[in-house]
Amino acid sequence: MSILVGPDTRLVVQGITGREGEFHSRAMREYGTRIVAGVTPGKGGQSALDGAVPVYDTVAEAVRETGANTSCIFVPAGGAPDAVMEATAAGIATIFCITEGIPALDMIPVVEMVRRAGATLIGPNCPGATSPGSAKVGIIPGSIHLEGRVGVVSRSGTLTYEAVQAMTDAGVGQSTCVGIGGDPIIGTTFLDVLQRFAADDSTDAIVLIGEIGGSAEEAAAAWAGEHLADIPKVAFIAGRTAPEGKRMGHAGAIISGGAGTAASKVAALEAAGFLVAGSPTELPGLLRDAGYRG
Amino acid sequence: MASDAQLLVGVRADGSVVAGVARRPQAGRGTIPSPVPPARTSYPELLPLVKIQEADAKSLLLAQGLPVPAWDVAYTVPEARAAAERILGAGASAVVIKAQVLVGGRGKAGGVKLAASVAEAEQVAGAILGMDIKGITVRKVLVAEAADITSEFYMAAVLDRDRRAILLMGSAEGGVEIEQVAVDNPSAIIRHHADPLLGLLDYQARAFAFEMGLGAHLKAAVAIAKGLVRTMLAYDADLVEINPLAIVREPDGTQHLVCLDAKVTLDDSALPRHPELETLRDPDEEDPADREAREAGLTFIKLDGTIGCMVNGAGLAMTTMDLVKRAGGEPANFLDIGGGARADKVAAAMRIILADPKVDAILVNIFGGITRGDEVARGLIEARAVQERDVPMIVRIVGTNAAEAAILLEQANFATAASLDEAASKAVAASRGAAA
Repeated sequence: MSILVGPDTRLVVQGITGREGEFHSRAMREYGTRIVAGVTPGKGGQSALDGAVPVYDTVAEAVRETGANTSCIFVPAGGAPDAVMEATAAGIATIFCITEGIPALDMIPVVEMVRRAGATLIGPNCPGATSPGSAKVGIIPGSIHLEGRVGVVSRSGTLTYEAVQAMTDAGVGQSTCVGIGGDPIIGTTFLDVLQRFAADDSTDAIVLIGEIGGSAEEAAAAWAGEHLADIPKVAFIAGRTAPEGKRMGHAGAIISGGAGTAASKVAALEAAGFLVAGSPTELPGLLRDAGYRG
Repeated sequence: MASDAQLLVGVRADGSVVAGVARRPQAGRGTIPSPVPPARTSYPELLPLVKIQEADAKSLLLAQGLPVPAWDVAYTVPEARAAAERILGAGASAVVIKAQVLVGGRGKAGGVKLAASVAEAEQVAGAILGMDIKGITVRKVLVAEAADITSEFYMAAVLDRDRRAILLMGSAEGGVEIEQVAVDNPSAIIRHHADPLLGLLDYQARAFAFEMGLGAHLKAAVAIAKGLVRTMLAYDADLVEINPLAIVREPDGTQHLVCLDAKVTLDDSALPRHPELETLRDPDEEDPADREAREAGLTFIKLDGTIGCMVNGAGLAMTTMDLVKRAGGEPANFLDIGGGARADKVAAAMRIILADPKVDAILVNIFGGITRGDEVARGLIEARAVQERDVPMIVRIVGTNAAEAAILLEQANFATAASLDEAASKAVAASRGAAA
């Protein structure tokens, strides 16, 4: 079945005529993603990807004409928050925002609007998601993947590729691989993705790739310990050897309450039944140790 | 008035006026030699935040109408003395002299002192200017009238990432030990989240003020609470913190709420739309290598070790450094060249790494998605052709155009590795070989 992207994905690419949008749309299409529309205001009526994809002026029009249900946003930081809101208002259920450099405060009203609409935003500043063998949305290279039954969720970009490649090389395939992105305010958390994997028939094991900073891994671990107790779970946390930084101001420490260090994350994950790898290449072996037989 | 100074005027909630002369931090001002900040042994959370000095934070608060007592900034002992003379001459009983450095714990380090006379002020300034606080040399001090403090509070507006909203936070127990208060007595911390669409509403600010025990100064407290959130939004700050927010007694016996300290961190991603704030980055405290890298579009943090690292992606860069340490080596830097880097950016990155004389081996780890391996290889070849020192380099490139990269690197006689673990071991061995 997979989560977030799959054979039922009907993708509209916002910013399809830009350099990034065009390049990655070609790669997505080549992978097998069904791209049904592109949106660039002012270029409605044109076509992209050598005539294969119609371009519209607005997302609403694209949805009306093509039934698009997923969006991938390649719009620059100044216009990306609005692009997310446009997609939400047009009824898109799943929105991937690849854009990096969006001012953090701009995302506050956006994630609230998405939440109220019952839509799902992944990102911003995320590489997207791939369900190997069926579809990919975003910029994750298709070549690293192998079809399988392990769900992968990560905050990182290239570290995700490293980990997935290690799994693929070892013959351990993925059901869906999701990059949630590294910005301060994001649409979908580790916890949100784990909840989706829990309900997914195609996912039998979990790989979680985290980093120092914030408390997202701790929150996800707590939930997983309770609700994913019976499935193999492994994790890798980047920055384990990073010494403590010099914080300025007290507010961050007050709200984080001890979470945020690599040690805190590893402890929380281990307490929840995750095996924690010392290097991305150890992930496939640890999955087997955790009982994965895929 | 000197050209680098601004006269700032603010109006308190009660209508009284405060004025301050703020001098912008200027690299090269003063007589303390331009410091090269020591290489750090730690790297802070890799968030795109810009720290600014207390004096600059106060300017932003003042511009938003918050009550901030007047201050001056001095780069030399004579300047500090002159400021103290002015303030004491106007009738103040004492001045406070505060080191302006971008680290916490200035008070504990002896960087915040009172002085009751001009002579004492001169002596105090002389002790603080040039002092080392957590590895930073103090190059400037803030000089202000010492306040007659009745009580101290903590108040801050901060981006709460978990709640995805602006959090207004405060405590009646202000002062330095607020983090301990949060641990020992969490209910002593008052929290109100601003509505993500409506912002902070007046009734929330009122409830907050009452819960803080500031009912006797309701109007001022509400104005300050709203002012903190307004400041955050106006300048795209991640944090606006007042500690202490103090009730001070004026000579005439009246009591006012004033901001005696200020910490503001700015969202780097938003600076392009606040070009006037770009000057608030303090050149005195940025390692020149960090600055050069930032201007070249690289994220670079100089550290204390000997193995230079160049990676695409922050998570992968941290992982690479973890594996170097695991293999027994010590990273000389954190360096993320970002996505899609071209040869010239790679060459610039290499130059910056090599400028550190402690570097005796370099590890390049690239997993190309949008970054093309052959572009990186070209950049490395270009850099090595002009480098002055012969430093062993281990290159590991996988992903987009990795095959083309392999050919280029082999032709140019680069040492390569297939896996990240292998690359880390080889780099550590090369470093040990160089050190031997």
